[in-house]
Amino acid sequence: MEFLGYLRPDGRVGIRNHVFILPASVCAADVSRIAASQVQGAVTFHNQNGCSQVKADQQLTMDVMAGYAANPNVYGTVIVSLGCENCQMDLVEAAVRERTSKPLQKVIIQEAGGTIKAVEQVVRLAQEMVRQAGLLQRQPCPLSRLIVGTECGGSDPTSGLAANPLVGQLSDLLVDEGAASILSETTEFIGAEHILAKRAANREIHDRLFDIIHRYEKSLQLVGEEVRAGNPSPGNKAGGITTLEEKSLGCIHKGGHRPIMAVYDYAKQIETTGLVVMDTPGNDPSSVAGMIAGGAQVVVFTTGRGTPTGNPIAPVIKITGNKLTYAKMEDNIDFDASPAIYESGSMPRLTQELLVELIEIANGKLSKAEALGMVETAIARVCNYV
Amino acid sequence: MNNAMIIEPEDNVAVAIEPIPKGEAACYVLPDGTPCRITVIENITIYHKFAVHDIAKGEKIVKYGEHIGEAGAFIPAGAHVHEHNVISVRENLDDRG
Repeated sequence: MEFLGYLRPDGRVGIRNHVFILPASVCAADVSRIAASQVQGAVTFHNQNGCSQVKADQQLTMDVMAGYAANPNVYGTVIVSLGCENCQMDLVEAAVRERTSKPLQKVIIQEAGGTIKAVEQVVRLAQEMVRQAGLLQRQPCPLSRLIVGTECGGSDPTSGLAANPLVGQLSDLLVDEGAASILSETTEFIGAEHILAKRAANREIHDRLFDIIHRYEKSLQLVGEEVRAGNPSPGNKAGGITTLEEKSLGCIHKGGHRPIMAVYDYAKQIETTGLVVMDTPGNDPSSVAGMIAGGAQVVVFTTGRGTPTGNPIAPVIKITGNKLTYAKMEDNIDFDASPAIYESGSMPRLTQELLVELIEIANGKLSKAEALGMVETAIARVCNYV
Repeated sequence: MNNAMIIEPEDNVAVAIEPIPKGEAACYVLPDGTPCRITVIENITIYHKFAVHDIAKGEKIVKYGEHIGEAGAFIPAGAHVHEHNVISVRENLDDRG
């Protein structure tokens, strides 16, 4: 099975052809936003970080920045920095270069001489880049070239009954085609980790699964907090999810049934095929960002309550198993998985339909979130700013 | 017409897939095809859980064939099972000893 993608000079395959204006810190976010609004085909995100962070937090931010720039959906990147931030231009440039050889330009606001001059420079560089990007043609590529992120957000009990099992079927199918599928959201392994650990391909991966969960819980306990304080959310509970364990047991269905071949830290480049785990928060935009920074060209996202989540770099395909939510929020949701609950034996048909939707969106059909301009990004963090 | 679902045969809760008013029958099918029927004793909101048999205080609540918590009070068959009568318990599931 094939999709139509853009071959990149680093050998990877994209399903979008964006020019990425990358703010190296919060102080460059507005220049990036203003410049991106001037250039058709340019994308950016509001980077809240990039300065005044402890080392561990700065690393998470650097990995998301470099990973976004290296994501194969990006043709090329214009990095914008203020000039004095912790995420210095040379550091960001080196982090991007470590991951990709694609076109790269840079603008430092303090050297350009302020906002207006910096915006002008960024616009000119991005304008030239989008013009060149337009020359690229899509080519047939095997499904094995895809890295697909999976996520659930605003979950309710239908997530565990229909949408997540359906995504699990899709994940199995993609893995069998030689693609990579990412299971994420470490907080939502809690109570289900023994099931995942049994699926680890080897002892090291088995131990790593337990370790990332213990590490996550401990990092919250260090500041006197507990994961259950905000998880399940009020919406999860109103929908009928009672405990974090119940949520987790529904959540892990997204990972299908194949062995877990690797465990990646947040936003690290996915190099393995097959089913892999990434250590991400349960918070949707930051988990989605981590997987896209890891190279996912597309994210399949299940919801019970209905969420608008999108991303500037990659399409986010929204699926619900809740028939009421689909009827109410069809503007935001791409796929109705509720027949999995109401029509016995419908899963194989739904899996094929979802695969067709995935391939169409890979080929260029806009996801509903893309069509509505949903581009939120959050970045995982360890502690407060310094 | 089924208005509820049970996931694993050992589960002690089922999920309403339609709103089920108090006093009405919840109908669902076990994975082996056996039809079941139980009268709910409270209104059950769509996609919420109810007990399929009496659950003693302290007994594990089982869904997906796994523990999702512990009964904080006696839960009679047909009762709504949610935050008011379930306690989340962090079990040690690490099999490394």
